[in-house]
Amino acid sequence: MSDNKTLIKGRTGDWEIVMGLEIHAQVASKAKLFSGAAVGFGAGPNEQVSLVDAGFPGMLPTLNKHCVEQAVKSGLGLKAQINLKSQFDRKNYFYPDLPTGYQISQLYHPIVGEGVVEVEAEDGSFFNVGIERLHLEQDAGKLIHDLSPTESYVDLNRAGTALMEIVSRPDIRTPEEAVAYVKKIRTILIYLGTCDGDMDKGNLRADVNVSVCRAGNYAKFKETGDFGFLGTRCEIKNVNSFRFISQAINYEARRQIEILEDGGSIIQETRLYDPTAGETRSMRSKEEAMDYRYFPDPDLLPLELEQAWIDEIKANLPELPDEKRRRLMADYGLSQYDAVVLISEQAKADYFEAAAKGRDAKLVSNWVTNEVSARLAADGKDFSENPLPAAHVAQLVELIETNVISSKIAKEVFDYVWNGEGSPAEVVEKHGLKQVTDTGAIEKAVDDIIAANPDKAAAVAEKPQALGWFVGQVMKATGGKANPAAVNDILKSKLGL
Amino acid sequence: MSDLTKLTLKDAVDGLKAKTFTSEELTRAFLTNIEASNPALNAYVEVTADKALEQARASDARLAKGEGGALEGAPLGIKDLFCTEGVQTTAGSNMLRGFVPPYESTVTANLWRDGAVMLGKLNMDEFAMGSANETSAFGPVKNPWKAKSSDAELTPGGSSGGSASAVASDLCLAATASDTGGSIRQPAAFTGTVGIKPTYGRASRFGMVAFASSLDQAGPITKTVTDAAILLKSMCSFDAKDSTSLDIPTPDWTQSVGQSVKGLRIGVPAEYLIDGMSEEIKALWQQGVAWLKAAGCEIVEISLPHTKYALPAYYIVAPAEASSNLARYDGMRFGHRAEEFSSLDDLYAASRAEGFGKEVQRRLTIGTYVLSAGFYDAYYVKALKVRRRIAEDFDKVWGSVDAILTPSTPTAAFKLGDKQIDPLTMYLNDVFTVTTNLAGLPGISVPAGLSSDGLPLGLQVIGKALDEATVFQVAAALEDSAGFVAKPAKWW
Amino acid sequence: MAIDAATVRKVAHLARIKTPEDRLEPLAQELNGILNWIEQLNEVDVQGVEPMTSNVAQPLRLREDVVTDGAKVDAVLSNAPKSADGFFVVPKVVD
Repeated sequence: MSDNKTLIKGRTGDWEIVMGLEIHAQVASKAKLFSGAAVGFGAGPNEQVSLVDAGFPGMLPTLNKHCVEQAVKSGLGLKAQINLKSQFDRKNYFYPDLPTGYQISQLYHPIVGEGVVEVEAEDGSFFNVGIERLHLEQDAGKLIHDLSPTESYVDLNRAGTALMEIVSRPDIRTPEEAVAYVKKIRTILIYLGTCDGDMDKGNLRADVNVSVCRAGNYAKFKETGDFGFLGTRCEIKNVNSFRFISQAINYEARRQIEILEDGGSIIQETRLYDPTAGETRSMRSKEEAMDYRYFPDPDLLPLELEQAWIDEIKANLPELPDEKRRRLMADYGLSQYDAVVLISEQAKADYFEAAAKGRDAKLVSNWVTNEVSARLAADGKDFSENPLPAAHVAQLVELIETNVISSKIAKEVFDYVWNGEGSPAEVVEKHGLKQVTDTGAIEKAVDDIIAANPDKAAAVAEKPQALGWFVGQVMKATGGKANPAAVNDILKSKLGL
Repeated sequence: MSDLTKLTLKDAVDGLKAKTFTSEELTRAFLTNIEASNPALNAYVEVTADKALEQARASDARLAKGEGGALEGAPLGIKDLFCTEGVQTTAGSNMLRGFVPPYESTVTANLWRDGAVMLGKLNMDEFAMGSANETSAFGPVKNPWKAKSSDAELTPGGSSGGSASAVASDLCLAATASDTGGSIRQPAAFTGTVGIKPTYGRASRFGMVAFASSLDQAGPITKTVTDAAILLKSMCSFDAKDSTSLDIPTPDWTQSVGQSVKGLRIGVPAEYLIDGMSEEIKALWQQGVAWLKAAGCEIVEISLPHTKYALPAYYIVAPAEASSNLARYDGMRFGHRAEEFSSLDDLYAASRAEGFGKEVQRRLTIGTYVLSAGFYDAYYVKALKVRRRIAEDFDKVWGSVDAILTPSTPTAAFKLGDKQIDPLTMYLNDVFTVTTNLAGLPGISVPAGLSSDGLPLGLQVIGKALDEATVFQVAAALEDSAGFVAKPAKWW
Repeated sequence: MAIDAATVRKVAHLARIKTPEDRLEPLAQELNGILNWIEQLNEVDVQGVEPMTSNVAQPLRLREDVVTDGAKVDAVLSNAPKSADGFFVVPKVVD
């Protein structure tokens, strides 16, 4: 990564941003982490709440095996160390969305240790982000403020839902990198089936730790491991869209630089991003008593995993995005760019592979990443909701490959197919879109046009670029159905080029 | 009919099976006693007469058909720490006044499964924090025993003071109790009753209001060792709802009662001979040693060198866990909510200041302090390391002894109000009992004699983890030798 | 590590127990008494000792991912000081 990309110009010199992210990903599971209540979206208030979740006297937590498995899977997907022994701790604080007065989390001994994630930058280059840990913890409930002017309403449906908190190293340097990193984590988790990645529902959200330092200090930090080279960080809580992540970082970095350039200092604090105002705000109210008094939860024993179980999970892992990218490049001869675009969504890559069998892979990739993607985006859908069978794309490409239709006509065919008029072959038949490959017919059209434009024909010898005009005329005369290669060949020979 | 209330649990259950009397008769006898005695003793915070009679009649119907469980028709008192579905459960606190659990604790569910009848909920120190039953929001329980030399009202001990007083004064056949640092054994010793805390993990903690999760354990207070064996078996079970519950079978401990103790090796730990221990307690302990020797036991002098650190370690671990366990009492979803407050934080603080009594507040403050930033390692982690040292002390002696004999308490029952001034003096009550909570071991208190002032004194038998059988065996030998039959003279 | 009134005020706030100003000093003294007594733990050599968090020497049991609970709004709200429309109701929370 080039240095100028990470630099921010200030009044007093250049600055660098340094970021570490904490991603909270809701574990895909049927029941909660420590209770048998359902996990889900859209239930009535407090309908998915057990007395364990509501923290009633004498209620005790019991651990959901599937959530543990999901955490292990995610850890393996992040190429991270799985800790055979971990422990749950209580994080103590009072808030109406936290029924027991503590959140069960894993501070001292997380289930997953260090790992690394390879992230694609927008320019096609790669950078690594170190993973410090992944741990399991409970989500809190929800406060609703707009049902009464003087009171808050508490819905505990979400309370106790399993979350994976994925903590990165301070390896992220630009807002774009931060977004790319979150996208990558999201993709990996979706591939693994451990989190649905639905950011609209808050099932994946990020806390961004932002600090700024003078240009060059980050390199010194990397060299020495001395955090003293980095600035004081502020944590922006619960940012739940890619756009907001980028906006929040940009605002926060600017804010910190301005304070520092005015001779001030940064207070380590928790801040909230307000998308409407486009700014981050201090959450001092939560700040004043931030002494969480973590200690091992005496209701739970140490979590011990067997290596054999982990090996079994590992053996059954699905193909991960990075592996898939490498395989698509090797097996289909795709460019890195195409492969990266395809793997960004598992269903997209699957769709591609289903359509590409025996076809021109590059061409299939183009159709999938351009036309199909664009139509889906216009309908607000993703590939998992794609109504168009992959076989149709395969057939369309086959029609192009076998010169039955031209690429240009293919777009028209696609329109009909997308609108449900049938398979590409049926559409071509029905609308008479077959390409004219009969050289006799093309020759006749060429002859007619040359005869009608003798001066242009004469000039073309001097100016070969003018050939395009003739091609256009022939295509027009054949209703666009003439095979462009044949038109070219015949024109060239007739015009003596 | 009032004679029925003097029966042991075993004799009552046998009598019911033999149809000598009905459960309804027995239950009515207890209800009559309670009505007459409870205003003075304050053992029950709530009497569930209707429910009791309903259960009794159902038991009678089963007994008539020759059916019924191990406790069929037996009227019991339930410490108000166990959540009982549809019946107010307060843990002795204003915080939970009016709290009606929509669920049943596993321990009490086991009792109803076996046919027991619930007479009511028994008074206790608030959230089980206390050794004299003076911290209860419902007022102190009175010990039915009085000293010969004084008419002063005495404490029945705590926190299971209601359970001990009710059993000693025939207000129930037997009672459930719980023990975090000695809350079963100390009241049992103070009231001439038997109380056992089983191995940690034997009895489910599900539905039992938590004080200190890693130490809390349910157990019975009864009139005899046999009764304790019967009731403990019913209370214990593997419970998947409690992650610390042990998935092991519960033995029939009545088999151990009466078995010869000949050849058993009994450890006598030097460190339990503490400074200032009264001559009477010393003499009682020696008497216990002599009885066991006479019964054929081998007496082994042992050392448990970290004993004196158990109490200070306990007063870090228990309050720390409590400070977190009691955070749920915030007036948001249940329990007391202050009426006047200026902000959300103020509502929390006001509700908790109004809902919790002084001792609970003191312990929550200590617990919060020892977990707070900068003190966690110095206090909490340190205490957990000392705790392991204490457990290791026991591990080291089990190779050479089968059980350990100690006094249950350093003194006999004291006057109500006597030790309120200084919390530390009060905490010393648990000095002999708290070690087994820290190490998770079973411990029983057996009445062994009377002080010169006519007050009951208890001896404690400590066993290996899961070896309640030997504990019962030795306890029964002591019971047999002591021949303790004294009953308090009725003054109430 | 002597506790003063300011520490008691801070700890009481952490524990959310409203404590009148005139109680802070006596409480500090009381707590100091207890903590001084606790200080004797420093006599114990705990070099290399693993902290003992539990008496149970077995790993944590795991349960299957099956919905077995919930759908009991009435029970959940049955003891609420205030509730409405299926929600717990608390004083306005301002972030």
